[in-house]
Amino acid sequence: MSQAKIEVRNVTKVFGKSPQQGIKMLNEGLTKKQILEKSGMTVGVNKANFEIKAGEIFVIMGLSGSGKSTLVRMFNRLIDPTDGQVLIDGQDIVKMKPEQLREIRRTKLSMVFQRFALFPHRTVLSNTEYGLEIKGADKLERKQKAMEALELVGLKGYENSYPSELSGGMQQRVGLARALANNPDILLMDEAFSALDPLIRKDMQNELLELQEKMEKTIIFITHDLDEALRLGDRIALMKDGSIVQVGTPEEILTNPANDYVERFVEDVDLSKVLTASHVMKRPEKILLDRGPRVALQIMKDVGISSVYIVDKKQKLLGAVTAQDAADAVKNSKTLEEVMTHDVETIAPDTLIADMFERVANATLPLAVIDENHRLLGIIVRGAVLAALAGDEIQLNGNGVN
Amino acid sequence: MIPKIPLADWVDTFVDFLTDKLEPFFDLISEGIGNFVDFLVFILTSIPPILLILIFAGIALWLTRWTNALFTGVGLWLIYNLDYWEATLDTLALVLTAVVISIIIGIPIGIWMSQSDRARNIILPVLDFMQTMPAFVYLIPAILFFGIGMVPGIIASVIFAMPPTIRLTNLGIRQVPEDLIEAANAFGSSTKQRLLKVQLPLATPTIMAGINQSVMLSLSMVVISSLVGAPGLGADVYRAVSQVKVGIGFEAGLAIVILAIVLDRLSQNIGKQKQN
Ligand SMILES: Nc1ncnc2c1ncn2[C@@H]1O[C@H](COP(=O)(O)OP(=O)(O)OP(=O)(O)O)[C@@H](O)[C@H]1O
Ligand SMILES: [Mg+2]
Repeated sequence: MSQAKIEVRNVTKVFGKSPQQGIKMLNEGLTKKQILEKSGMTVGVNKANFEIKAGEIFVIMGLSGSGKSTLVRMFNRLIDPTDGQVLIDGQDIVKMKPEQLREIRRTKLSMVFQRFALFPHRTVLSNTEYGLEIKGADKLERKQKAMEALELVGLKGYENSYPSELSGGMQQRVGLARALANNPDILLMDEAFSALDPLIRKDMQNELLELQEKMEKTIIFITHDLDEALRLGDRIALMKDGSIVQVGTPEEILTNPANDYVERFVEDVDLSKVLTASHVMKRPEKILLDRGPRVALQIMKDVGISSVYIVDKKQKLLGAVTAQDAADAVKNSKTLEEVMTHDVETIAPDTLIADMFERVANATLPLAVIDENHRLLGIIVRGAVLAALAGDEIQLNGNGVN
Repeated sequence: MIPKIPLADWVDTFVDFLTDKLEPFFDLISEGIGNFVDFLVFILTSIPPILLILIFAGIALWLTRWTNALFTGVGLWLIYNLDYWEATLDTLALVLTAVVISIIIGIPIGIWMSQSDRARNIILPVLDFMQTMPAFVYLIPAILFFGIGMVPGIIASVIFAMPPTIRLTNLGIRQVPEDLIEAANAFGSSTKQRLLKVQLPLATPTIMAGINQSVMLSLSMVVISSLVGAPGLGADVYRAVSQVKVGIGFEAGLAIVILAIVLDRLSQNIGKQKQN
């Protein structure tokens, strides 16, 4: 049975004088804007329904004011929902009494904040120890676990510094260490990387992905940046005006936007940073080494191409031969092995298009896409890359060659 | 025409009622404070003046720059030389007692105000009232409840000097950034843990500024306190004024100013020492 880690059922938050009135208006079908005009109340989140699975990175994305922070704060009840249920491991957190709620905050959920929210009067170590201290862990255990967490985020040696002495990226590592020291099941990250400059931000994203491979936490990651969402998210929820507009894998969101809003959101994305070699590669024309130059020449003639790839019986890439060399071999009765070139440029299927532009442009032969066993998966042709970047969906593969 | 409202009569009746019913209570307070001040004066006077001056200069050196230490040493020596030493110690004991009481009562009230908007809305106007009412007026009930001498002077000083400590405790706690409060809550802190581990440490500089103001305000009360018989530099000033002795008035006034500067520098820097 794969029960959801977090179930969000009909969760609604209305800010204002009489939130219940706001719920009524929502039920009557009024929009966020109409409710604001009529009553001055703000709909923060409007009937959110979705599930988050254990071990996934679930990204919540949307423009400023769309209700992301409000939604995630209802998971640990920094904000109380006006209506609905939030089930964590099947327990409704909305109904919990203060002690129960504190207990779950101490053990199951930790949060990482956009502006780091480190305690300026505490050292890095003592910041990291905070959650354990609150739980009443003894000094030795506190220190040991905090040091482990600091080491995990690469801050060993800084434990006696104060937050103000660290750069933004390092401060957020402390924020992450503070959250991890508690060893929670669930990490809530509200625009955790938004305050960092772009290069540091990318480093942090990569590190989070690496950490996640070891830890397998359930991570709820909020961002208003689509690139970040696509890089990190196993699944993405898109919010607009407090409502969830679409939930899906990055690929579903990109290739199959649920409505105009999502489409516009997705429109601006730099596809070269999203699409990979496996999205744009073509089926390769290939022959076995022992087939000889005549067969190679024939295939090239039939399909109308000027080179063909040579593989062994296990589909392992050996090299390539051009039409000219093949013709040469036929004339001088040489074997394929004698005329083939071994020096074919190869790339991995998860290479981003942005990272292979130059090689595609300079290569004499199409790039060969190979897996970790050196098996030929496909080839990259210049035209297909350009077509894909121009948004031509026909040119896109699902997860590999059809 | 509406006849004059007998407000003065009402207040008199009320104060009579209080003196009548609560006399044992006031006696107890009076005795407690009196003993504390006497003890303080006893300690201060039993230390040889020169040694005490050096101790003060040493504290100033430890807490602040050497220039302040020098001023403290020279200034206090001048007071000693002018023969105002005992009066200064009386005044110092009065001020310290008033400040200690202000802290003991003021900080908890400030904390309470910071945790509850309702408490804040009730207390703020009371503080305004305490500070805008002419300080002289407090002397009357102070005499009635506590008689003549040091204690009514201290009580009047406390009423006048405590508001900044309360205000700035409340302000300091409320000024702690919202995201730090969120962080404290998100990790499951109880109200007490949040207060002790996050809010109070971060509010400390502001609270210290409040205490500093309380020190200065209670010093500003010393002349007024002398009207109800509190001994010290204030009494010397008062005597000089009533007998039109300009020279003596100047000397005593100068001693108050020196004491004020010394206490100001010290109390300003007490909280900051730790961070360096
Ligand atoms: N405490 C509050 N009182 C009143 N309205 C609020 C409150 N908090 C949020 N809102 C409103 O709720 C809506 C959602 O806000 P929220 O902060 O969740 O948005 P967000 O998606 O996190 O935006 P951002 O990207 O700017 O952080 C906004 O319209 C906001 O003005
Ligand atoms: Mg937000």
